[in-house]
Amino acid sequence: MKVKDTAKVISQSVLAEGVYSLIIETKAANYAVPGQFVSLYCQDHSRLLPRPISICEIDKDVSTLRLVYRVAGKGTDEFSKLTSGDTIEILGPLGNGFPLEGGKPMVVGGGIGVPPMLQLTKELEGSVTAVMGYRNDDMFLTEEFVDNAAELVIATDDGSVGTCGTVVDAIIENNIEADVIYACGPKPMLRALAQYAAEHDIKCYVSMEERMACGVGACLGCVCQSTDVDDHSHVHNKRVCADGPVFLSTEVEL
Amino acid sequence: MNTKVTIAGVEFQNPIMEASGTFGSGMEYGEFVDLNKLGAVVTKGVADKPWPGNPTPRVAEVKCGMLNAIGLQNPGIDVFVERDLAFLEQYKNTRVIVNVCGHSLEEYINVVDRLAGENRVDMLEINISCPNVKEGGIAFGQDPKMAYLVTEEVKKHAKQPVIMKLSPNVTDITEMAKAVEAAGADAISLINTLTGMKIDVERQSFVLANKTGGMSGPAVHPIAVRMVYQCANAVKVPIIGMGGIETWEDAVEMMLAGATAVSVGTANFYNPTATLDILEGMKDYMIRKNIEDINSIVGLVK
Repeated sequence: MKVKDTAKVISQSVLAEGVYSLIIETKAANYAVPGQFVSLYCQDHSRLLPRPISICEIDKDVSTLRLVYRVAGKGTDEFSKLTSGDTIEILGPLGNGFPLEGGKPMVVGGGIGVPPMLQLTKELEGSVTAVMGYRNDDMFLTEEFVDNAAELVIATDDGSVGTCGTVVDAIIENNIEADVIYACGPKPMLRALAQYAAEHDIKCYVSMEERMACGVGACLGCVCQSTDVDDHSHVHNKRVCADGPVFLSTEVEL
Repeated sequence: MNTKVTIAGVEFQNPIMEASGTFGSGMEYGEFVDLNKLGAVVTKGVADKPWPGNPTPRVAEVKCGMLNAIGLQNPGIDVFVERDLAFLEQYKNTRVIVNVCGHSLEEYINVVDRLAGENRVDMLEINISCPNVKEGGIAFGQDPKMAYLVTEEVKKHAKQPVIMKLSPNVTDITEMAKAVEAAGADAISLINTLTGMKIDVERQSFVLANKTGGMSGPAVHPIAVRMVYQCANAVKVPIIGMGGIETWEDAVEMMLAGATAVSVGTANFYNPTATLDILEGMKDYMIRKNIEDINSIVGLVK
């Protein structure tokens, strides 16, 4: 169930350069599952469109969501100034989320694709290997993955921590085995992972990103190309907001 | 208090509709809005076959507005009739206006013919004003002779009253209004989006894959009010006014300018209950101003 709600800001902190952690109290938390996102609305009404932000953690006991996001423009810059006691308009939870499959799971995050993997790691059964990619040693959420995953493997672009290179380089270097891969990150990362998964006959779920407007599947702004004919328009366009953001890697063109 | 309005013999329980393309066929907004309370559901444009639309990015934000270049992605008339019209069957109080698009006159007619036997369709809205498709669409909407021709042909085939949706991307919108009225249009709706562009200065490239997109949102509202006013003074057919309506004040303003009904578009994206919020605000205004019949404010400001 989706709710339009005035959420209460519980706290906000800085995790890395330009990366913020915002905890909000909202009814939307009661319905959220890992891999879903919420739309956040700006106070400044000259910025009309909601910003889709992935859900990092869900605490249903106290109805809170943790959102970890990078400041990428004026809207997210506005959000970064929110402090305890402020309110923010939200719509959510939106999208489908990751299906929790059996078998040995590997969760893979790249950059600002790292946050949604945390709640997923907490909810997956079995021993989870987390593979996280960062630009450099200005990392975030690593402690949380150490606490919640069986194993944390890190790749950095500059080699300052862990494997120098991509998350796929780190998977190969560490010989990580899995039955299912769950991933969120930049498209080149998802493409490389999808290829790796296909070569190794591993089921792979990817969380996609696209510019959105309505967030609920009506406007058809945020489509991605799908391999099969889609159910909505009977072409080859799936709606990232409503049919996704999580897709099987074989379901979409990466 | 009377909120009913009549357009081309079709009675609407109130003058609040949503604008084509911003609301699907209502399915996605049913969680937020009781569709039975709307004056009408205006569907997203439907063609005779599925259209894939444009590449992404398709949407971009601009100050107090947005650009879109969806390119009329739609499932085609067969799926639309089986799924969307069947879905709308349950909302008996609400009128259904089907927005029709095409690349050619023949494609428009195919859809109009297919809908002729569909009783759930109360009116047709012919989209001759989409700025995001190269053929058909706006090509018909910027030339009064072409607009006349499309209207005349559609009227020959249509079994429901016909609304022609006009583009603001013209020098004189009253010429277009007069042309479609002369060709037999039962009503007009305006404005469709204004062609705009946004360039990313860091990437030094267009934000939209289509380069240009249709601008909508509160920034365009004064332009829409002006054009509705001009058309109301140029033609006799009823007008459905739209363009940047987000509050009841905007809706009332549009009716004072000459619109018999109004459509809410972009506002749905940032306030899913915008349509019904506007309806409530309009009723409060009627009470406060002692307005018995909403029709009495249509075109009141001369």
